[in-house]
Amino acid sequence: MFSKGTKRKFSDGDEEISAESLVGARVASSYSLQRQSLLDMSLIKLQLCHMLVEPNLCRSVLIANTVRQIQEEMTHDGSWHMVTEAFCNPGQSPSERLVATEVLCRSREQDAEPKLFSVISYEGCREEEVVADETLCSVSVSDTVSDVCLAGRMGQCWEKSELSGVERDEEALEDSSLGSGEDEEIDTEDEASTKSPKTTGQVFGTFEIKNGSPGPDSALEELFSDVDTSYYDLDTMLTGMQSAPKMGPYDLLDSLAPSHSSPTIVSTPKCRSDLNELDHIMEIIVGS
Amino acid sequence: MWPVTKCNWRFVVSGAGGGGNDVQWCFSQVKGAIDDDVAEADIISTVEFNHSGELLATGDKGGRVVIFQQETENKSQSQFRSEYNVYSTFQSHEPEFDYLKSLEIEEKINKIRWLPQKNAAQFLLSTNDKTIKLWKISERDKRPEGYNLKEEDGRYRDAATITTLRVPVFRPMDLMVEASPRRVFANAHTYHINSISVNSDNETYLSADDLRINLWHLEITDRSFNIVDIKPANMEELTEVITAAEFHPHQCNTFVYSSSKGTIRLCDMRASALCDKHSKLFEEPEDPSNRSFFSEIISSISDVKFSHNGRYMMTRDYLSVKIWDLNMENRPVETYQVHEYLRSKLCSLYENDCIFDKFECCWNGNDSVVMTGSYNNFFRMLDRSQRRDVTLEASRESCKPRQVLKPRRVCAGGKRKKDEISVDSLDFNKKILHTAWHPQENIIAVATTNNLYIFQEKVN
Repeated sequence: MFSKGTKRKFSDGDEEISAESLVGARVASSYSLQRQSLLDMSLIKLQLCHMLVEPNLCRSVLIANTVRQIQEEMTHDGSWHMVTEAFCNPGQSPSERLVATEVLCRSREQDAEPKLFSVISYEGCREEEVVADETLCSVSVSDTVSDVCLAGRMGQCWEKSELSGVERDEEALEDSSLGSGEDEEIDTEDEASTKSPKTTGQVFGTFEIKNGSPGPDSALEELFSDVDTSYYDLDTMLTGMQSAPKMGPYDLLDSLAPSHSSPTIVSTPKCRSDLNELDHIMEIIVGS
Repeated sequence: MWPVTKCNWRFVVSGAGGGGNDVQWCFSQVKGAIDDDVAEADIISTVEFNHSGELLATGDKGGRVVIFQQETENKSQSQFRSEYNVYSTFQSHEPEFDYLKSLEIEEKINKIRWLPQKNAAQFLLSTNDKTIKLWKISERDKRPEGYNLKEEDGRYRDAATITTLRVPVFRPMDLMVEASPRRVFANAHTYHINSISVNSDNETYLSADDLRINLWHLEITDRSFNIVDIKPANMEELTEVITAAEFHPHQCNTFVYSSSKGTIRLCDMRASALCDKHSKLFEEPEDPSNRSFFSEIISSISDVKFSHNGRYMMTRDYLSVKIWDLNMENRPVETYQVHEYLRSKLCSLYENDCIFDKFECCWNGNDSVVMTGSYNNFFRMLDRSQRRDVTLEASRESCKPRQVLKPRRVCAGGKRKKDEISVDSLDFNKKILHTAWHPQENIIAVATTNNLYIFQEKVN
């Protein structure tokens, strides 16, 4: 946890140069690490609020401004350039990376909601996404962050990150105290382990409704309740972004059949909307 | 001006002693479910006293409005303070679905504002994210009886049996309080409404969303005037949103709006139809020593309130409360730290989203004390005249009738003294976002997640 974002300089020592500069270097790299993790966290938040039905505009703007600030500072440092160069991971297949970055870059089809995430309007957009993607996978500031392997390992990874991310963002924290003496700024263990089926359901319920598909999807899901759609939802999210089609209610219906030839990777509990939400949406449909 | 019919603060008259901290606050009542299992719909989202203080309205996430009324029976007795009891409950807003955007519109009541009373009925405005409604709350305690042509149950009498003329008379009945929607002001906001404010002219009011402010006439629902628009042509250039807006209490041409960048703009509607150019811009220069990546977020203003006398305004940002003199734009005249011990925790608070919590603030009737909420069900009373402050807690533990609230202390670090609570033990799920102060008396309403606490000044 860091208190201030003030940049700490290398101490050009009068004293022993080696020790000082070593400490200075450590401090500087620790700061960079912290800054990077803040950037990662912010991007996750932005991406998640992209998913929300009605993103809280004020929150989105503030997070986007923070991201911009970090990016500006990193650009001044020259570390931006370094970072993007450093992470040309050959192990990562280009298509996987694309998927991940597309997720971050996803703009909503409905233009009424603002495409304000200047993240996507930056010229350096691509690099930024790569950075976030790669660092999310490689920098283990916390377990949760490193679990956000957006590229490639969809299934469990994605869902786990989403769960913890969304759980952080949307659920009232079960462990709400700021962790006595914890160095990690993210409560990993609690969030990763105390997922309840209901929470999972809520998270995916959130996605279903907010994934550009209106109420009827949830209703349809109810109808096809014996079909395990958990893997499909992940699939929808990622592939839906690549091709960026708007998923209407009938698309879901159409694609339900073929998509379940593939075995589910995740053995998580079924994704279900919150029952109340479901009822409510049914009422709207039936009532109207 | 506020008619001060009843003033119980010693310091007002004598000037010696008194003030928010010499006032001892006692528990009076708590409303809402006792169990810890909070139903989402019961989460209180707004609290507001009416202009006389006799009525106290709350709105919740489920779209309901509950109005409490102060009982007048015990007012003569100095020992006992009158209690607030449920007066009316109604469903103000229902969840809606925007088919065009495939978005659900929450029924949560964002704000309630009372209109000044003009006749026997009471009126209030309540709003969710998109629609504002004007509700009339009226009492009925008489009903007509003895119709000539109808039986008591409503059936028409056989015409042949009617031989005399009988005129119906009004007879008393059990009091019935009815709430009826008189106006619905819809379809004027693309973004989420965060504020409504009734003008002192009692004819118009403003509604503000993230990017625009509209001016309405209370009688006209199909039209509103856009008076502020900060939406950029290219939404990707958006860096600032409107967070709150309020009309000046006396000058019907003046209003202010606050932003997510920590600025407040005062606008004069006489200057032009579209108030995009502010008359005054209130902004405090940033303290360079406190600069961090979170500086902007914590400078975002969550609430702005004019003082009752109209000379000052108060703003609430994440860590502090600032009092501004309307004649001085470059810095506030007073700054109070609400929970400075959180400054070192900003990263965690960013991570769990608490840093985006929108705390409200309020003035007492004579503008000498301000109040705002914090975490762990703490709330803060900041005495301007005495330059002192106190932290109190709304909890079930201090719920005995007329139990005096004990000041709380938070230990920022180091050795924790007895009775202090350490920062790391604070419950960040228990936040007091909404508070209200009776316009004339020392009675306050404090909303925890799903309970409403009413505290009163200790009377000896």
